[in-house]
Amino acid sequence: MNKTRNSLLTIAAIVVFFIFLWYASTHFNKYSIRIMNDVAIFMMLAVSYNLINGVTGQFSLEPNGFTAIGAYVSSLLTLTVAQKHAMFIIVPMIHPFDTWHLPFLAALIVGGLVTSVIAFVLAFPVFRVRGDYLAIVTLGFGIVIRVFSTNAISLTNGALGLKGISESTNLWWSWGWAVFSIIIIMRLVNSGYGRAMKAIRDDEDAAIAMGINSLKIKMIAFITSAFFEGVAGGLLAHLITTISPTLFTFFLTFNLLIIIVVGGLGSMTGSIIATVMVVWGSELLRVVDQPMHIFSITIPGVPGMRMILFSVLLIATMIFAREGIMGQREFSWNSFFNMFRARKQR
Amino acid sequence: MLKVNNLNVYYGVIHALKGISFNVPEGKIITLIGSNGAGKSSTLKAIAGLVHTKGSIKFLGSEIVGTKTYTIVRKGIAKVPEGRKIFSNLTILENLRMGGFNREYNTLERGYDEVFDLFPILKERAKQLAGTLSGGEQQMLALGRALMSKPTLLMLDEPSLGLAPKIVSEVFGIIKRLNSNGMTILLVEQNAAQALKISDYGYVLENGKIILEDKSSNLITNEQVRKSYLGEI
Repeated sequence: MNKTRNSLLTIAAIVVFFIFLWYASTHFNKYSIRIMNDVAIFMMLAVSYNLINGVTGQFSLEPNGFTAIGAYVSSLLTLTVAQKHAMFIIVPMIHPFDTWHLPFLAALIVGGLVTSVIAFVLAFPVFRVRGDYLAIVTLGFGIVIRVFSTNAISLTNGALGLKGISESTNLWWSWGWAVFSIIIIMRLVNSGYGRAMKAIRDDEDAAIAMGINSLKIKMIAFITSAFFEGVAGGLLAHLITTISPTLFTFFLTFNLLIIIVVGGLGSMTGSIIATVMVVWGSELLRVVDQPMHIFSITIPGVPGMRMILFSVLLIATMIFAREGIMGQREFSWNSFFNMFRARKQR
Repeated sequence: MLKVNNLNVYYGVIHALKGISFNVPEGKIITLIGSNGAGKSSTLKAIAGLVHTKGSIKFLGSEIVGTKTYTIVRKGIAKVPEGRKIFSNLTILENLRMGGFNREYNTLERGYDEVFDLFPILKERAKQLAGTLSGGEQQMLALGRALMSKPTLLMLDEPSLGLAPKIVSEVFGIIKRLNSNGMTILLVEQNAAQALKISDYGYVLENGKIILEDKSSNLITNEQVRKSYLGEI
């Protein structure tokens, strides 16, 4: 009975949320909508990054590479043939690619699939190593992708980047994909595969000795997260309408790492909360960059002040919530109701 | 049941196992004893397919050298790793479920019941995180987890490591009980006295070679073994 109640509540919550989105899309200003889109895309990235980093415990630093692949593939597919011919001024685009054109959704999915295929191929060499070495290998991969996108001019237009990408990402697309990815990843985490992933995180040797095919399990996590990271890259490209290799530096990965660590490694709920905190919060903190008048005192605005304040907040989070906001716990309707029950008894 | 012939294990340039051969007949407890670095754990790792191995290991007549660990587990060899290595962030039930990873879904319940019969304490704490168990309980969980794969050969790597003497004899009692129910057991131990007491046949390893083998009852009284491993002067 609880199970049906819980899934009904989940559906209701999603419906309420989408009604809110509908209200937001008609009433909010452009700036707020842009932030909401950012939050959705980063949420998707954080949740899928958490699958490989938090749940499976494989410390990889690849999301900037995967996001770049997804962004480039999907943008190249949605750009019209005429646009592609006009844009590639240094070297024309390699022949068959310049004639391909797909609608937005198809382009996103192809972007995700191409990223997954690359993740699949990458997994064989990458998962031969563990721990810190895995981090270094995947970090190297991110750099390779960036160097590739700068120098493969006939495919990516090099450092000039791609411009005039259609602004197709709106609240519905970004949040639709975000909710979809969260549902899929949560279902994966709560399945038998998810338990095997957690077993690998806790002790990989013991998991192998138990007869778990650890390469296969790690691959499932890696490829799933690659798919959603690729799609998120496509959404990002169609939100800001212009991409270049400098967009996908290590700082993207770094930001995501902050989000999942602050939220709690292995907790999807934590990643969701932390994304809102970090992405929206850093926008809210823009206030401190501007001059402020408190009573009669005038504080001159110091550009960059918000980053200092932001770091202080992050340090405070890490001191007072060492395992992140949620630790490894997840939100569930049962614990939600228990919380109220406990209050009443007091 | 298990025939090991001329087994070699290398870690880089280190030659850890130098061509050892031994037999594990069905329904017996066989023990490997020896000091630190003698190659006891390496032998178990080699059988489980966890290290790169040269030589021959035949299990129920088929060669298992070079096969993946998960196929070896499916064939019926389970290993209780040294130092327990339970999944501390999973619950006890989830740990057991991981042990039965290759088991058919509808036989899982029966597996839990068998383990809980053996270790009633685990049933009481089934929903608790495994990391919160005491050392002895963790060893029992590690044993139960290995049993979940329905093994015909159970390998134990230092089950007495870091346990109180009372718990040690409890663990050994359980090993004996499993054996009397028909389980074949390969036991690796530092605690040679205890291991020789419950086992049928023993091998003494030193520097990657078998230097002595005999019935356990004979090894206990053997002069050399008493001096080197049973702590008598």
